[in-house]
Amino acid sequence: MTAAEIREEVLDILSDIAPDEDLSGLIAEKPFREQLELDSMDFLDIVMELRKRHRIQIPEEDYQHLASLASTVAYLEPRMKDMVKK
Amino acid sequence: MYDTIIIGAGLSGLAAGIRLAYYEQRVCVLERHYTIGGLNSFYRLRGRDYDVGLHAVTNFASKGTKKGPLVRLLRQLRLSWEDFSLAPQVGSLIAFPGVQLAFNNDISLLQAEIARAFPGQRDNFQRLLGQILDYDDLSQDVFELGAREVLSKTIADPLLVEMLLCPTMWYGNARENDMDWGQFCIMFRALYLEGMGRPHAGIRLILKNLVRKFRALGGELKLRSGVSHIQMDGDRAVGVVLDNGQEVTARNILSSAGAVETLRLCDAHSQQAPSNAGQLSFVESLSVLARPPKTLGCDRTIVFFNDSEKFHWQKPETELCDVRTGVICSPNNFAYSAADGELADNLIRITALANFPRWNALPEEQYRLEKLRWYDRLSDSAVRFVPDYRSRVIDTDMFTPTTIRRFTGHENGAIYGAPHKRLDGTTSVKNLYLCGTDQGYLGIVGALVSGVSMANRHCLRV
Repeated sequence: MTAAEIREEVLDILSDIAPDEDLSGLIAEKPFREQLELDSMDFLDIVMELRKRHRIQIPEEDYQHLASLASTVAYLEPRMKDMVKK
Repeated sequence: MYDTIIIGAGLSGLAAGIRLAYYEQRVCVLERHYTIGGLNSFYRLRGRDYDVGLHAVTNFASKGTKKGPLVRLLRQLRLSWEDFSLAPQVGSLIAFPGVQLAFNNDISLLQAEIARAFPGQRDNFQRLLGQILDYDDLSQDVFELGAREVLSKTIADPLLVEMLLCPTMWYGNARENDMDWGQFCIMFRALYLEGMGRPHAGIRLILKNLVRKFRALGGELKLRSGVSHIQMDGDRAVGVVLDNGQEVTARNILSSAGAVETLRLCDAHSQQAPSNAGQLSFVESLSVLARPPKTLGCDRTIVFFNDSEKFHWQKPETELCDVRTGVICSPNNFAYSAADGELADNLIRITALANFPRWNALPEEQYRLEKLRWYDRLSDSAVRFVPDYRSRVIDTDMFTPTTIRRFTGHENGAIYGAPHKRLDGTTSVKNLYLCGTDQGYLGIVGALVSGVSMANRHCLRV
């Protein structure tokens, strides 16, 4: 998957976790926490959805990389580059 | 071999089950009873539908709200607002001798009421609100501070302290005489800041939607499947034995059976000191009326009453019940949508404190007579605070502490479980965790949040 495809996938996960949030104005560099009503349980769901959908295991010490859209995509890129978008 | 076995198909167990099944675990919920719900269940009697535990769902949020426990919970369960469809209360009352405070789902009403009845405490109440909003600490130390003492530092009038404590204790305090400060803050927000609501169809709507979701995700629900025994391998739990002798193994066990009750199921821990078991139990009378309660002047959603200046919150020692304080609730008095209309039956329910050992010791014939006697005493006490509806009663029912124990398995019929909560959900046994009443979150939303958060914390992070 390309960075753009990974970005789409992360946005899709976010819309699943928080269906009532408007994601169209999301600023990639800014932490999710400052723009969305997400708590620690919702952050766990980003990790769990990536595992469920793509079989990616993210160790707990890496959760910090999932703070913003940009950092999440950067973190996932090497791990998802060989995957094919479904 | 399951990934997780959940003991109890109450709200917390079903919520935990949904989370785990959603993330592809093999999950089985085991329920001793023939029906789901535990403390919050429903039944049919002489052609009418009744809820068991539900007065109101606290933590109300209207459709479209983006914040708060109910919204977070629905997200976690991948449910929609319509799955609960909460209609807001029309308005409730805290009634003490000579002074009443009205409140609804907008805190400004309670603020105005306090300014009216306790003009000297208006600013103090404002400061208290700030403290409650700032409270964000689930550490056991701060959590267990005495609410009476903390409140007295801010609120100078002891009567107002008692009046604020009365509903919060009634809706979620397992401790006698005082309340954990942390629990008070959680209940205060749930009750006064977020407010109360009820689905038109009652608790069955919520339970039905939880079970449907759980099954659709591949979860297994087994009724009439009581756990007689938790199997151990050294210091680890490895599975359970059912009442019928069948063995079921799992990597993790999440139990909503209660802290003492769960450890008692484990061989090596059968000597757990019983002193931590909860003592507070309730009786509840149900009166079906020939007319809507509001046409008789009983137009409040809930009336929390207490007949002296001091609020007594303890197990009645010398009698079967204590009717000095109680909760009068009418499920008819919610603002249901026009499409749903009025409820089919007109109901008033009254709750009072009760003594489990005394009820449990009664021979069968006397038990039936005492139920009738205390039904009358509850009504007599309640009509001091609401208009007298008694001549309009066409059917009645009553549940007692022994009913609660039968449905929940909780020792002493302790409605809110043990006074000391295990906030982190761990036990002295590896792979065995608690959810539900004894973990610490109470109420309908609280129970569901307990199941979700314990599943997340102990069973999902692998």
